[in-house]
Amino acid sequence: MAEYSAFSLLKNALTGNKDWKPAWRKPDPKASYDVIVIGGGGHGLSTAYYLAKEHGITNVAVLEKGWLGSGNVGRNTTAVRSNYLLPANTRFYEHSMKLWENLSHDLNYNVMFSQRGCLNLAHTPAQFDDLARRGNAMRHLGVDAELMTTADIARLVPALDVSGSARFPVIGGLMQRRAGTARHDAVAWGYARGADRRGVDIVENCEVTGFLRDGDRITGVTTTRGEIRAKKVALAVAGSTGRVMQLAGIDHMPIESHVLQAFVSESLKPIIDTILTFGMGHFYISQSDKGGLVYGGDLDGYNSYAQRGSLPIVDEVMSEMLALFPGLARVRMLRSWGGVCDMSMDGSPIITTGPLPGMYLNCGWCYGGFKATPASGWCFAWTIAKDEPHEFNAPFTLDRFYRGLVIDDKGQGATPRMH
Amino acid sequence: MSPRRSDAGGRIDRLRTIRFIFDGAPYTGHAGDTLASALLANGVSLFGRSFKYHRPRGVLSAGVEEPNALVTVLRGEVREPNIAATMIEIYDGLTAVSQNRFPSLSWDVGAVNQLGGKVLSAGFYYKTFMGPVFGPLKGTRFWMFCEHFIRRAAGLGRAGTAPDTARYERMNAFCDVLVVGSGPAGLIAAKAATDQGARVILAELEPHFGGSANWSGEVIDDMPAADWAARTAGQLEGHDNVRLLPRTTVWGYYDGNTLAALERVTDHKETPGKGEPRHRYWTIRAKTVVLATGSFERPLVFPGNDRPGVMLAHAAERYANEYGVLPGDRIALFTNNDSAYRAALALKKAGAAIVAVVDVRPELSSEMRELAGEAEAEILSGHAVVATEGGKALSGFKVQRFDMESGALSGDARSIHADCLLMSGGWSPTIHLASQAGARAEWNEALQAFLPPKPTQKWIGAGAFNGHFKTLEAILDGRNAGLSAVGATGTPMAYPSIESLPGDPRPAPVFEIKAAGKSFVDFQHDVTAEDVRLAHREGFISVEHLKRYTTLGMATDQGKNSNIPGLAIMAEALGKPIPEVGTTRFRPPYSAVSIGSLAAERFGDIKPERLTPMHDWHIANGATMYAAGLWYRPMIYGLSGETIEQAYVREAKATRESAGIVDVSTLGKIAMQGPDAAEFLDRVYTNMFSTLAVGKARYGLMLREDGLAFDDGTTWRLGEQDFLMTTTTANAGKVMQHLEYYLDVIWPELKVHVTSVTDEWAGAAIGGPKARAILAACVTGTAVDNATLPFMGIVRGKIAGVPVMICRLSFSGEMAFEVYCGAGYGTHVWEALVEAGKPFGLVTYGLEALGTMRIEKGHVTGAEIDGRTTARDLHLDWMLSRKKPFIGSAMMDREGLIAPDRLELVGLIALDNRPLNGGAHVVEVLDEANPHDSIGHITACCYSPALGKHIALALIKGGKARHGSRAFVSDPLRNRFGPIEIVSNHFYDPDGSRMHG
Amino acid sequence: MLITCPYCGPRDVIEFSYQGDGNRARPQPASQNLDAWNAYVYDRLNPAGDHNEIWQHSGGCRAHLRVVRNTLTHEISSTTFARGDHKSAARHKAEGKS
Repeated sequence: MAEYSAFSLLKNALTGNKDWKPAWRKPDPKASYDVIVIGGGGHGLSTAYYLAKEHGITNVAVLEKGWLGSGNVGRNTTAVRSNYLLPANTRFYEHSMKLWENLSHDLNYNVMFSQRGCLNLAHTPAQFDDLARRGNAMRHLGVDAELMTTADIARLVPALDVSGSARFPVIGGLMQRRAGTARHDAVAWGYARGADRRGVDIVENCEVTGFLRDGDRITGVTTTRGEIRAKKVALAVAGSTGRVMQLAGIDHMPIESHVLQAFVSESLKPIIDTILTFGMGHFYISQSDKGGLVYGGDLDGYNSYAQRGSLPIVDEVMSEMLALFPGLARVRMLRSWGGVCDMSMDGSPIITTGPLPGMYLNCGWCYGGFKATPASGWCFAWTIAKDEPHEFNAPFTLDRFYRGLVIDDKGQGATPRMH
Repeated sequence: MSPRRSDAGGRIDRLRTIRFIFDGAPYTGHAGDTLASALLANGVSLFGRSFKYHRPRGVLSAGVEEPNALVTVLRGEVREPNIAATMIEIYDGLTAVSQNRFPSLSWDVGAVNQLGGKVLSAGFYYKTFMGPVFGPLKGTRFWMFCEHFIRRAAGLGRAGTAPDTARYERMNAFCDVLVVGSGPAGLIAAKAATDQGARVILAELEPHFGGSANWSGEVIDDMPAADWAARTAGQLEGHDNVRLLPRTTVWGYYDGNTLAALERVTDHKETPGKGEPRHRYWTIRAKTVVLATGSFERPLVFPGNDRPGVMLAHAAERYANEYGVLPGDRIALFTNNDSAYRAALALKKAGAAIVAVVDVRPELSSEMRELAGEAEAEILSGHAVVATEGGKALSGFKVQRFDMESGALSGDARSIHADCLLMSGGWSPTIHLASQAGARAEWNEALQAFLPPKPTQKWIGAGAFNGHFKTLEAILDGRNAGLSAVGATGTPMAYPSIESLPGDPRPAPVFEIKAAGKSFVDFQHDVTAEDVRLAHREGFISVEHLKRYTTLGMATDQGKNSNIPGLAIMAEALGKPIPEVGTTRFRPPYSAVSIGSLAAERFGDIKPERLTPMHDWHIANGATMYAAGLWYRPMIYGLSGETIEQAYVREAKATRESAGIVDVSTLGKIAMQGPDAAEFLDRVYTNMFSTLAVGKARYGLMLREDGLAFDDGTTWRLGEQDFLMTTTTANAGKVMQHLEYYLDVIWPELKVHVTSVTDEWAGAAIGGPKARAILAACVTGTAVDNATLPFMGIVRGKIAGVPVMICRLSFSGEMAFEVYCGAGYGTHVWEALVEAGKPFGLVTYGLEALGTMRIEKGHVTGAEIDGRTTARDLHLDWMLSRKKPFIGSAMMDREGLIAPDRLELVGLIALDNRPLNGGAHVVEVLDEANPHDSIGHITACCYSPALGKHIALALIKGGKARHGSRAFVSDPLRNRFGPIEIVSNHFYDPDGSRMHG
Repeated sequence: MLITCPYCGPRDVIEFSYQGDGNRARPQPASQNLDAWNAYVYDRLNPAGDHNEIWQHSGGCRAHLRVVRNTLTHEISSTTFARGDHKSAARHKAEGKS
């Protein structure tokens, strides 16, 4: 019998829920491993899981500075989609989507992936053409996409202001039906449990303080819980990439760390049944199963490692929300938080071997990292195991910027805060 | 008389009766009542249903922390969900309904969830619903099927969809001292700072200043504390340098000592006053903040602690003293500290029978024994409540002997009849704002509470916030805080005279009574003590994991009631002291904030509208307008009965046959002056500008530093050191910032001044074979013949008496001129041009015709310069000077930017003579069912009147090499497929003979 | 967050636009050193702590400022004109006032 099922729930309920095992062990770190993954967030944990599951590499430690899942996997707006413009991104995120579609089964852990669709609104004909270009690009790669008329949209989201009198009237939209939301924490916990059950050591409260080196080669790490050696050291630390790379003596990276705020309203009966994005500003919203509206907008726009935001963005996001949903003015914002995003120079990620021998790097997720969690770990595990990228992450090199091979979905150039 | 209203006392206005409606039934209360106090006075005990189990719930508290008694307030069609009844001041006509119940609050079918109690434990959702591996519900489909029903059962209130007609307002304020909280500490702090002449703001989230003074029953300076508070607030009111903000919640502590506050201006009024906003959103920049935010009483965790009739002790005290309401006739108390005894006495005085004081502590001070005696209450020391009885209202409870050290229960359970059970689990300072401002809270063992962290911003704490729970301490604290906030040191203060009951603020370290039955930690989210222990068993032991796994502290009260008890239970399970389990960092907002208030003046008016000087003329003359960023521009000037296509075809045709005029005022315009202006332009543009003659214009291209195309436009040399640059409409701001950056940061030695003049000039482009004749007919002061005004030449003259600048340049491909005049004269000059054009058949044309003519000419716009294309991709490499470096020149030849498979600009002609679509893709092999292998996409398309064909511009792999070849348009989104020919992007008049004339 | 513009005084962050890492040195315009160009365009210092940044007072005097700001606490320890030398700063001020 699977560890988690309706039957096990019932059985345990009858015995007072006394027999549930910890979702993951709390081991002390060993002296050495085949692979160390730095970062116990979504990407680090999924990397460990796929190393064990796909490549049979189980002598693995995931080192987490704080509590597992304390990074962006625990502080995002939970959107999962593969509606990108450029083929390199679309292929990668579609691979992720396919992993998502079977993830709860794969992990024997319900991550509550709910394919309720993601609708990008257009407000001008030029925007509609842009969305059509993107949707067609997706369709030519076998990814689902469809255009919606204003009437379709009004039926799908009755609370949305689709009147012509809106400052930016809705003239249509691009829908990806297979997009959706998932329970963010559950993704971290599900991967942690899956990796743990396959023998991976997940070590919390273990901060990496430096790298062990043999010449250029990375041979392990020093941590607050002692030295740990490893044949391969992989970084999946998102917003902390700059700090950890600095420990390896690399000060300069094509990465800036920016703070992104997110918000949740008080719990409401269902009112928005899809993920919706605004075309005339940066705003996205969905509703959680608990009923809270989960929404966010632009980056605060300056480098920050503080998980705290500033007021101007709060005001901006709320005004964009009400431009779409004037009926929600009396709903109340309950909670806000900030996540530190590793903004890359073209808005696309980096999953690569190097840049030092013995090191593997996974970063540059901007604010799209959550949906990438399965594919990021899957591709990173491949890259670590085989010392070469899979075709899905082959374009996501570190040197692509210098070679002019950027993957710039938004066309904003080397301005990280604009991606 | 309402059943539970005491005969006298309270601060309500008993002469004023207020009528309101709850769940459809009419009730009355008095001015000064909250919805909670008024309903309690009417004998109502059932206020709401819990989130998960739909358990019946009463009112727990008397303030902002209320987790149970949430209602939806209705104002006509407008709904306001999830408002705590304890925070709603009643007014005539107030209409509120209960939430999360069906069909009614009393009979809620959702309560069936209680049957699944043990199964619905923490983590339930993660462990099931994975569904079958095969079939229609495979993958995540089974979960989605179940989720549909789960979602409908979840959620609290229902939001409205009717637009909120209320107005919201924003205010910025600056002060020397912001005092948050107006209990004795806050009042005195505000007074002390005010007396020193400082600018002070005093914010109080409740309607009245005074905080606990309003219900403590104490005597300060020989007057009832409530009167003392009113007098002190009154003294502040008279000062010019003080702003008093009642009903104002300071909810956010941001960087730079910037605080955000919400003032509920008219929520308590039947009809708002004239011009009054509903809410006012304050951004307060304070030199120093005094945090006098008080403390919260903690519930105790024991079986059945959620039954309606179980309430916080101070809340009952408050209902009695402030509202003249008795929450029960036979009241018992259950406590681990002394503060409950004062409540017992207050309720006794208000007329209730106090049946028992159950105290977990085996030894009580003689003072407490005396107080209990005075309340005529039985003392059950060393006892604990182990169960409550009753249905939707409390009828009694059971006690057992309790050993504080071991937590063990012993002896027989004894039943006690009571209709109200008050609990007190000690007090937690309200440190939320201090936590937001940065640091970690510190655990105080004696007080069993987290005390404020060390300041990381400029704030000073006072009173219960500091763990100084006694009124005397609070007043001394407040005075010191108020003085040191303004850098003053007062003379030692005479102790104020305070009559208060005795009491030791240190509670016994007891948080939970372990006995059979559901003991609630988080009331709203139905998180029980067992759930916390299950989280522990499953390894969710860090405080953040506990919170996320069980949802403890995630309800609308944000853990104000549940945080410490939850931590304590986890600490016990771990065998660790509480501080080692940690505390969560508080984040804004302190309590929920209306989204309308945060949007404030932008609610209904999100962004400015940019209108050209001729906007009204366009509207008056039949233009259909089109949004282009923030701008509005004419799309077509349709005649009656015309389709959009018919209109633009007519406009474009007429322009090419005679003449047309279009409003180009939206183009970005930047005045550039200085001795180094020409040199600067050489660095900014890919082509040479220093060689440009005065009185001439040149088309220029800019790259980004990374070598990709950035923007294009013409720049006019008006004098040796005087240029006027034009940019695309969309990039006007970006180009300006780009130029300023280089002048200020990279090349400060260049003497150049740039000024945005976009809004200073109105512009009209007039083109077509008759354009010159039209100008000749209306321009004075200059000739416009070929010699005076050659291609790319500039002249100054007048039209209808207004000075104009005319440059002969063409976007349409016709002989064309751009005419600029001062923005204020735009319509005047435009009308003169239109009038002059009448004999020549001049038409006004909009963006559609403009776009059509530019597609025919193969010119690029933002659709092609999309941030991913190079000059070469767009066949603009002829503009890349090899004689000088320019921004982007060093980077533009990198391997990725010269790769052969890049998308290049081409023209397309539909061979099936059907319209093409923007955003359609192009393929070599047509596969309508499974489109694949796109080789590029259409950037712009139209019906070309000049060619009589449907044409498009496209970015296609291989580009020029494909000229003359065939491919297919593939547009699965719109089901448009068909053959096309790939041609040069220069469809029309490729050698430019028409514009050169 | 408040930034004290040396010309305008303390102003809310909403008036400013961020222009990023202020440590980057642009190669000489004619430089053909591609590594130097790449480093200038794509590489950033991204410290957790004090950071030397360029901001523009775009909603005010439009001067570019060199700001030393802590990326952990958002505290600002210094703000000067990006133009650097006192002369040009003074000139900026004079021009702004005229």
